[in-house]
Amino acid sequence: MLARHCRFLLVAGLMTVTPIGAGSIQAATPDSFDPWPGLVQDIFNNRQIDEGAGIVAIEMPYRAEDAAIVPVTLRITLSPADNRRVVAITLVIDQNPAPMAARFELGQDSSVSEISTRIRVNNYTDVHAVAELSDGKLYMTKTYVKASGGCSAPAAKNAEEAKARLGQIRFRQFAKATDGPQNGTREAQIMIGHPNNSGLQMDQLTRLYIPAFFINELRIWQDDTLVLAMQGGISISEDPNIRFAYVPNGAKRVRVEARDTEGHLFQGEWPVENSGI
Amino acid sequence: MQLWMTLQMITRPLILAGLLLSSGLSFAHAQQDALPTSEVAPGVFVHAGATELMTKENEGAIANVGFVIGSNAVAVIDTGGSAREGERLLAAIRERTDKPIRYVINTHAHPDHVFGNAAFDENGTRFVGHKNLPQALAVRGAFYIDAFRRIMGGDLIDKVRIVEPTLLVDGTLTLDLGQRNLILRAWPVAHSDSDLTVLDEQTGTLFGGDLVFLAHVPVVDGSIRGWLKVIDELAALPAQQVVPGHGPVSNWPAALLDERRYLEKLAADIRALVAQGKPIRSAADTAAFSERSRWKLFDDYNARNATAAFSEIEWE
Repeated sequence: MLARHCRFLLVAGLMTVTPIGAGSIQAATPDSFDPWPGLVQDIFNNRQIDEGAGIVAIEMPYRAEDAAIVPVTLRITLSPADNRRVVAITLVIDQNPAPMAARFELGQDSSVSEISTRIRVNNYTDVHAVAELSDGKLYMTKTYVKASGGCSAPAAKNAEEAKARLGQIRFRQFAKATDGPQNGTREAQIMIGHPNNSGLQMDQLTRLYIPAFFINELRIWQDDTLVLAMQGGISISEDPNIRFAYVPNGAKRVRVEARDTEGHLFQGEWPVENSGI
Repeated sequence: MQLWMTLQMITRPLILAGLLLSSGLSFAHAQQDALPTSEVAPGVFVHAGATELMTKENEGAIANVGFVIGSNAVAVIDTGGSAREGERLLAAIRERTDKPIRYVINTHAHPDHVFGNAAFDENGTRFVGHKNLPQALAVRGAFYIDAFRRIMGGDLIDKVRIVEPTLLVDGTLTLDLGQRNLILRAWPVAHSDSDLTVLDEQTGTLFGGDLVFLAHVPVVDGSIRGWLKVIDELAALPAQQVVPGHGPVSNWPAALLDERRYLEKLAADIRALVAQGKPIRSAADTAAFSERSRWKLFDDYNARNATAAFSEIEWE
């Protein structure tokens, strides 16, 4: 019953709410200090950030069931009539030890309209998505999530299985159910087997903190055209999983390159399927 | 068992009074407000945990904990979810016997099963666990203490100490309590990564730990696939009754039916979602929902089980 713990703990492992057996944990007390103004300075160099409704949306469960695996979806809602495009989206988890979770760079010609991943959440927190547009302006939207313990939650519930998948990359293609293939939008998913150690998890044997070790660079191309790139931090969950909607350009293959903080390079290449799931 | 328990309830106060008067057992322990236990088989005692989350009010006493008395010694199986529950369990043992407590067996690393360990940590008592238990406690112990202090308060948690096992089980191990053998078995990753079962051969009573849930929705903190993989082998253990980690003492192996059905349904629903290309967030509100009315605490754990199971099954 630990699972519940985690909830308040992050699932025991990562944060908060992880339940574990039968025990359970309630939520951590929200922190009243608002780190956002400082983050605007540190991450965005104090640039002006406007309200982003109608530009970018963020979706997360209000209460994270497993703080080590909190699904988050970023959706671009910029009107097609707007002649600007979204160049990048930065995902910030305000109360996490390293708040900048990821910066996604959107390929110029790939019409990425949605990005989903899974993050660790260490405390009750605001989560901000900041979109940078092609005219250089920044727009933000935010949501609030109740979770805790996600960053310090113990690594790998099943250490042997985790080791076996280190470095594996899986690629899946789906049709975009809501839009259908008519407008050409497809969904695809990259899964990378990697512990993505946060640096806040303790080694079982040595009792020392496991050094942070995570995927910090991911690039996805269709043939030689960039679809999406991610700079990732420790807040991305174990076995990083990126799902995205884009418009295929007729390329024959999708290529993925990922690097971790120790410089390992993971690569994969797959033929583009005409029909997804 | 019903008759046995009824007799037990009638006779226990008399026995207790007699013991206190005749054997000079410590009044301090008696005053410790002994945890109520019932004798589910001769020499096998169980405190039934509340089917709840750990709270200040229930003092963390949500898991089933127990002890077995042999002719020379006592073994404790799990110690409860707070320092206080451990102390009350010790008091309950001392109401029954003054034989030495030679073993404290932890069925896995979760706080509701190990937080009472400190009450038993003295010379002559060996702590026993799965070969992975030291690592699981090292990784999670401090995290659990910190988390539950916030929930339950310092009075119940400040005295909790993580006590590591010094006798480790890899495969099986037999403990001799004097004309009474306990057969311990370490399992591969299932409910957690350190699951251990304890079989009292003499009475056919199995302490299943959290490999066995009844009434309380099963909690997956290890591997749903691993759990389903061991369930047949678990069912083959030669027991007549089981003390589950949570839920009522029940006939064996029929006690596994509900849990198996839930786990199979959860895995099947998740496999279908993965096959349809559904995202992970879809699992939390749909997977295994047909099981919702059959379990207590379903809303507290199912979504988490589903999220964890999805991130496991999507790699198949």
